[in-house]
Amino acid sequence: MTDITVGQNPPKPAPVDAPAHSYLDTPSLWSWLATTEHKRIAILYAITVTFFFLIGSGAMAVIRLELMTPQADVVSDEAYNRLFTLHGVVMVWFFLIPSIPTIFGNFLIPLMIGAKDLAFPRLNLISWYLNLLGGLFVIYVLISGGVDTGWTFYTPYSTMFANGAVIAAAAGVFFAGFSSIATGINFIATIHMLRTKGMTWFRLPLFVWAMYAVSLVFILATPVLAITLVLISAERYFGLPIFDPANGGDPLLFQHLFWFYSHPAVYIMILPAMGVVSEVITCFARRKVFGYTFMVYALVAIAAISFFVWGHHMFVSGMSPYAGLVFSLLSFVVAVPSAIKVFNWTGTLFRGQITFEAPMLYALGFLGLFTVVGLTGLFLASIPIDVHVHDTYFVIAHFHYIMVGGSLSALYAALHFWWPKITGKMYPESWARFAAIMMFFGFNFTFFPQFILGYLGMPRRYHVYPPEFQALHVISSTGASVLAAAYLLPILYLTWSLFTHRNAPNNPWNATGLEWQTTSPPPPENFTRPPVVNKEPYDYEEDRDPDRPANPQLAGAGS
Amino acid sequence: MSSVSVDDTALPVAEPAVPEAWDTIEEEQEAASFGMWLFLATEMLFFGGLFLCYTVYRFTHADGFLAGARATDVKLGTINTVILLTSSLTMVMAVQGGRLGLRGLVWRCLAATAVLGAAFLAVKGYEWSQDLSRHLFPKAHFAIAECGASMFWALYWVMTGLHGIHLTIGVVIVTRLAWLMRGLTSLKIPDLITIGLYWHFVDTIWIFLYPLLYLSGRAP
Repeated sequence: MTDITVGQNPPKPAPVDAPAHSYLDTPSLWSWLATTEHKRIAILYAITVTFFFLIGSGAMAVIRLELMTPQADVVSDEAYNRLFTLHGVVMVWFFLIPSIPTIFGNFLIPLMIGAKDLAFPRLNLISWYLNLLGGLFVIYVLISGGVDTGWTFYTPYSTMFANGAVIAAAAGVFFAGFSSIATGINFIATIHMLRTKGMTWFRLPLFVWAMYAVSLVFILATPVLAITLVLISAERYFGLPIFDPANGGDPLLFQHLFWFYSHPAVYIMILPAMGVVSEVITCFARRKVFGYTFMVYALVAIAAISFFVWGHHMFVSGMSPYAGLVFSLLSFVVAVPSAIKVFNWTGTLFRGQITFEAPMLYALGFLGLFTVVGLTGLFLASIPIDVHVHDTYFVIAHFHYIMVGGSLSALYAALHFWWPKITGKMYPESWARFAAIMMFFGFNFTFFPQFILGYLGMPRRYHVYPPEFQALHVISSTGASVLAAAYLLPILYLTWSLFTHRNAPNNPWNATGLEWQTTSPPPPENFTRPPVVNKEPYDYEEDRDPDRPANPQLAGAGS
Repeated sequence: MSSVSVDDTALPVAEPAVPEAWDTIEEEQEAASFGMWLFLATEMLFFGGLFLCYTVYRFTHADGFLAGARATDVKLGTINTVILLTSSLTMVMAVQGGRLGLRGLVWRCLAATAVLGAAFLAVKGYEWSQDLSRHLFPKAHFAIAECGASMFWALYWVMTGLHGIHLTIGVVIVTRLAWLMRGLTSLKIPDLITIGLYWHFVDTIWIFLYPLLYLSGRAP
């Protein structure tokens, strides 16, 4: 075999070959901390992201415990404010935003496009250290007593009245932001310039397209957040009047600047998830993705429209009602490409030979939860309903469905789907299926009651509430413990699988992507010779197993 | 060009090592300048936030902004504009010299660019100290009473401060590059065009800052 090609039928029992050498070979600490290799940097990111996930979850555990009763009995109101701020800052900037792009994007983009590395390997390492620097600021904030502004840093509270390490928190987010920018620049340059022979733009895997779209948002939205944080730090530290109403400044201007970044940031969290789900669903349905070009255009359209909808966070802030009207309309528009994606995933499943491995279960969970997000998003985009449920648990539930339900399901799908490639080990399938189902139930158990709570009027950011809300809060807190178990279980069995489980074949799922054509785990140079692509992406149909039933229900029952 | 003709001979070809991701140094050069353009897009939005604040407040507090702008030191600002535009000229000459393989021209022009950049910073530092002594830092004892002038000066400090930080970074990397170019046998390194782009960007920001901060409010 002279060239590695996409879409060839892999030999069918795939040989379990221990690779001659892999990127994991030299174990010295320094060789990891000074590495410029994309696969190793992905592992470094995986470690820091997991660490911050645990910190953010810990804060949430205390919050959910506090909300079990209508009175304040676990923490003081001051501590409660600091807990939800910590939860928001850590989960948004140190967990969700870096998670899929920096772990799986870093690891997979060069493999999927047949490159040896990312375009700027040193910049890639710098981005990890910037992220770490930002993280250290956040840990300093945590030790020094926290911040009580909420993750949104609204002025004039954050600049004039809040006590706590606002500037340190802003610095942490600032450096994490530049880490994202470095990653975005790297991804765009890589995808433009390092595609292997035959890998045309419209043969790119949808995961790579998703990374491309998310990188555009990284480099165009994040700097606006950075300058906004510089401005509030300057106002707080030097007393420069920029958003101070006493000197004629306008706090609304801060909100515009903040949401100009922070709304696209939601799409930073969900676009990578869409990429992952596209890969997983096509693989386990053994179907070519339905409407590939539409999927690509939808990704790019979502990224583009995401820049024009920020005002829907400000319907009740005193913004001009005409602006509200336009932002409401544009927010409805973003639902169109999102719906295209949902329909195309469903179209891909139709008449597929579906099997329910763990990544597929997570991906199907994503599909359901994302649909709920899309529909409740329409509620919130219409001004009359938004005025009613603004700053209530309805909004909390809505954005947790997208961030936790959507992004985290996809993160776990990716983790299981590419675990054999990344580590060279299989994971225990039945445990994984159990965890996937538990996560779906735990998630709905936790967050569906919050839709009802919010609709009934429970405001966000309160730790003391009227007793009639207690039942729903108790349901939600109970669900959260199920959810926590569903998050921790994979961390345990995946770690265990590293030491005990059987070696993974090169292509355990018979998938078509280039990343499956090299060894598991891949060698440092990724491919022994540059791969050549001569097939369309997701060419699954021709290697369908003729022995398996074509009826998806039977196939599902058989698994 | 007599002064730079000393070592403009054909250069011996000694290729530096190509980093792992690339097959040839030309590809890497192309990627480096593409990456820099992407970074400049980022920088444009970074400064764009400031320009947005300026625009909004310029409309809501027109008189205060004009009163504030009249208090800036237009002489020093103009001198600095001339200095910075000249530094862009020397940077262009360095980049063009790199294309033609004129090593002596390249490192001398880079050194001149760094010196001009440092001169800008020196003048700016002097101007800042003058501003401070005239109570133009918008805190206690601020010199201008008009509403909005304090916001103009808040933006003045942030804008010129961030521009100064960018320029300081530029001076450091251009100095380093000039030093490297003196000893290097090959001009085939990707940094020259990339750093040139960065330098021109910082210059362009100043071209916007100059009229906004120094010229407004001074029309007869």
